[in-house]
Amino acid sequence: MHASMTNVASGRFGPYGGRYVPETLMHALEELTAVYDTARNDPQFWSELDDLLKNYVGRPTPITAVPRLSAQIGVPVLLKREDLNHTGAHKINNTLGQVLLAQRMHKRRIIAETGAGQHGVATATVCARFGLDCVVYMGEEDMRRQRLNVYRMELMGAKVVPVTSGTRTLKDATNEALRDWVTNVTTTHYIIGSVVGPDPFPRLVRDFQSVIGREARAQVLERTGRLPSSVVACVGGGSNAMGIFTAFLEDKSVRLVGVEAAGEGVKTHRHAATLGAGRPGVFHGSLSYLLQDADGQVLPAHSVSAGLDYPGVGPEHAYLKDTGRVLYDAVTDHEALEAFAALSRLEGILPALESAHAIAWVMKQRGDADELILINLSGRGDKDVAMVAELTGAAL
Amino acid sequence: MSEDAIALRWRALGTSRALIPYLTAGFPTLAVSLEALKRAADAGADFVEVGVPFSDPLADGPTVQRTTQTALEQGMTLARVLELIHSAALAVPVIIMTYLNPVLSYGVERFAKDARAAGAAGVLLTDLPAGADPAVERAVKSDGLALIRLVAPTTDDARLRTAVAGATGFVYLISRLGVTGARPDAPPDLDAQVKRVRAAGAPTLRVAVGFGISTPAQAAATARSADGVVVGSAMMDALAQGGVGALERLTRDLAAAVHG
Repeated sequence: MHASMTNVASGRFGPYGGRYVPETLMHALEELTAVYDTARNDPQFWSELDDLLKNYVGRPTPITAVPRLSAQIGVPVLLKREDLNHTGAHKINNTLGQVLLAQRMHKRRIIAETGAGQHGVATATVCARFGLDCVVYMGEEDMRRQRLNVYRMELMGAKVVPVTSGTRTLKDATNEALRDWVTNVTTTHYIIGSVVGPDPFPRLVRDFQSVIGREARAQVLERTGRLPSSVVACVGGGSNAMGIFTAFLEDKSVRLVGVEAAGEGVKTHRHAATLGAGRPGVFHGSLSYLLQDADGQVLPAHSVSAGLDYPGVGPEHAYLKDTGRVLYDAVTDHEALEAFAALSRLEGILPALESAHAIAWVMKQRGDADELILINLSGRGDKDVAMVAELTGAAL
Repeated sequence: MSEDAIALRWRALGTSRALIPYLTAGFPTLAVSLEALKRAADAGADFVEVGVPFSDPLADGPTVQRTTQTALEQGMTLARVLELIHSAALAVPVIIMTYLNPVLSYGVERFAKDARAAGAAGVLLTDLPAGADPAVERAVKSDGLALIRLVAPTTDDARLRTAVAGATGFVYLISRLGVTGARPDAPPDLDAQVKRVRAAGAPTLRVAVGFGISTPAQAAATARSADGVVVGSAMMDALAQGGVGALERLTRDLAAAVHG
């Protein structure tokens, strides 16, 4: 059921991916691989997951036409409404899948990293639902930017640990989660939130997120009788993008566009455009594009959106960039904030600042009515309201 | 120096155990780091591990995180680490301990050649488990540098056999789950763990143990089972708090404990 370009035996996408981790974690990765390979061939596993996605998360999510935005750019646009999932983003598709795997491994302690807090919330949610201990690592800077999500996690019984090392954002939270995992690996499952990390995480997270594209492809065909001309998604680690791209990879007529965060501009060094401005390196367990200096030290990323503020990117995106199947581009903080405001005003939908990057890229296009653009609206923007108010000088 | 230098050193040690201090290159400054390496070697170290600072040391605890951060702020780079090793010209074999990315960025074959030229005898790659990237492993070994393999309590028997079979120099046994850093206790099952590693390899296989060993008493206890004892965070704490004098005293005490 999961068409992919993965070389499963080596855990590689072309040259990218792999397992570059401390030896201590190798056994857990082998165990997870074995458990996942059994589960993905087990119809019962998928029926349990599908039932949860339908009755707990509220899937399928709809696709929504946005006529006023479409009129502005001259191209019909559809949104895949991952913002309407329980917890408000696509992240829960993955955390539910992984929590079922954790159950199969009899691991009752769950850890996670989070940037914007959406993955942390989605992890806290499934841990509450299944009665598991949950510890979420979050950069101190991100906790400040996303206080509402911190409180949501705590309400659901998770412990949120502030990370004060390095840049105090997602990359450092991931370091700290990996340190926890090295220490507690025999009792703990690490639910990585994106298509990053060592094999099998990039393909496992992609598979759990690929429900987005399977639904969307069928919905667009049913609604319009055709495939979209372009599918656009934001890319931080890249899970919502892989989630929607995977179903369209074989549809050669469909242009796939991944939008990275250009922050204050790709030439300013204050950005998170890993594919646009990075070069291959090993980081957080896999070989992929990486923002790094001439000495191989990882550079801090910057984006107004905490969920895109990451110097790495999933290895399958690196492969899709090199093969040319996906076009990667970037939009600035300013453009994303404008798109946030535009979608709110024109369509009554507040997008997450992450998803606003995909909207912003589309708003820069001028096309014709023969086209049809599908955007993955990966999350809702309620969490960002205070941040946007602060940035635009509005008093709340 | 090369892989052969490591073998020669073990031969010279005979049945005596080896003390292997770890020092973060460039901490607290380049000049003090150079002096610290020389003092550690002169005070009874049998091998010296030189740590390459990396921005994201995910296998390291707070002490090494701090020392690498400081070293990076001082402008330390992999090229400067190699210069440091060359300047130190230690009489004991030097093992470079590093995360993979600075080496990839430098160029693996170029690193293998330059590290050897600088006088290093081996390299230990924290995030390159055995077999994860055979091309990198081959390139590292292409100029006679030893590739020190790491094994852990979670390494199953099949992986252990593979890791030990491809090991050169010695095998580094991570004594417990977790990151680097001093711990109050010794791992309870250390003797059994060392025996398990020995059983997987040839009779000549040397096993060094590290992670969490900080005091002479712990070092002496470890030396009853293992051929070598690695002490890292405690060395760096001594250097940070008491300078090279404190580092030298700790090295002497540890050496006395390990050599028996």
